[in-house]
Amino acid sequence: MQELIDNFANLDSLSEVYPLLVQGLWITLSLAAVALPTALAGGLAVALVYSFGGKVTRRLLIVLIDFLRAFPVLVLLVLVFYGLPFLGIRLGSFAAVILALGLNNTGYFGEIFRAGLASIPRGQAEAASALGLSRFQVLVLVLLPQAVRKVIAPLVGNALELVKTTSIGALVAMPELLRSARVAQEQTYNPTPLLAAALIYFVLLWPFSRWVAVLERRALARQ
Amino acid sequence: MERLIEHYFNAGVMAGALPEVLRGFGITVLVSLCIIAFGLLVGLALALLRCAPIRPLRWAVAAYVDVFRTLPQLVIIIVLYFALPYLDVSLSPFATTVLALGCVLSAFAADIFFAAIMAVPRGQWDAARALGLRTERIFPLVVLPQAISLAVPLLANRAIAIAKGTALGSAVALPEALSSAQSVTAITANPSPLTLAAAFYLAFFIPLVILSRWLERRAVRQG
Repeated sequence: MQELIDNFANLDSLSEVYPLLVQGLWITLSLAAVALPTALAGGLAVALVYSFGGKVTRRLLIVLIDFLRAFPVLVLLVLVFYGLPFLGIRLGSFAAVILALGLNNTGYFGEIFRAGLASIPRGQAEAASALGLSRFQVLVLVLLPQAVRKVIAPLVGNALELVKTTSIGALVAMPELLRSARVAQEQTYNPTPLLAAALIYFVLLWPFSRWVAVLERRALARQ
Repeated sequence: MERLIEHYFNAGVMAGALPEVLRGFGITVLVSLCIIAFGLLVGLALALLRCAPIRPLRWAVAAYVDVFRTLPQLVIIIVLYFALPYLDVSLSPFATTVLALGCVLSAFAADIFFAAIMAVPRGQWDAARALGLRTERIFPLVVLPQAISLAVPLLANRAIAIAKGTALGSAVALPEALSSAQSVTAITANPSPLTLAAAFYLAFFIPLVILSRWLERRAVRQG
């Protein structure tokens, strides 16, 4: 038992590396704070262009969405971080993570918003334009609010996945929470920092993951 | 343009890298299939346990589901790989990746299976009983098949999303397509092998993404 505590809940090791973990947590939070709005905006833009576009535009956008969704996000990150410098484009690890997460989740959010807009009955748009609203007003004031309410479960679920995925920054030397914990583990020869990082992730994300579960259950019950 | 081809689509470099990346791709496919098999089977088992009228068991399942739905996949992989050896348990990169991502998939699948079982109308039980089926046969013969067909589109989405995490195995030196490509790139100083690996990933996952889109549409039409 004592051995277990020394290994996995070693307070000496923890107090030594505590500043490292806090700094990592800040970077994780700032990655999330930049990547999430970027991806939401990208996805929304794709869905809006889709709903204004003609047949060809729509086809192309579906191809783009599927293409972005099919890439494992780590493959995108490696291409961006290790591939682009050969073209003379050298992104820092922060920018690379944002770009990879942003592109990948533009696909996911795009598909979610698109499906939400497609699920609103045609009568809504017709009624709104009969009332004299412009096409843009119809979309933003009438269709979008209803669509978002319909897809709130996958929307929040995907946002949570995005925040979790910021941890892949660890693989391009971004000193976010996971990477800091690895560094700390190697400095102290003790896995306590790793478990502490896992605990921080859990405490931080658990309320959101409960929220997603509740939203999913509600969406299923409505079907 | 020429520089683009020279760096990213260099046929000579790609040909040299092909055997290595192809071997890696075989591992990617194998690991993905193991994750899906493990995740779906364990997920179904957990959903069944959750149906059992034993309260501590239900709590244990709920805790497991919450932990693996909340923690980032890479964090689980890293903790399994770098912290378990302190308990004298060493897992290979292959086992680590399959176990970590399999557990994540099983947590999501348990939720989906459970919701689907609950969504089968009560009338099905009553009708089966009226036809003279014994209670212990009603569940496997009548309720479970309906629940599974209800769950398929959601499961397919989740399974594909998590199987894409196979690339995360490169963090613990799993020689899958991405990490083989990275090691060749390090030698050739040309990122064409990365393009090759990305192409393999796309070739594997685009059909799956299209399949899940089709399953979703079919479910909407039926529902």
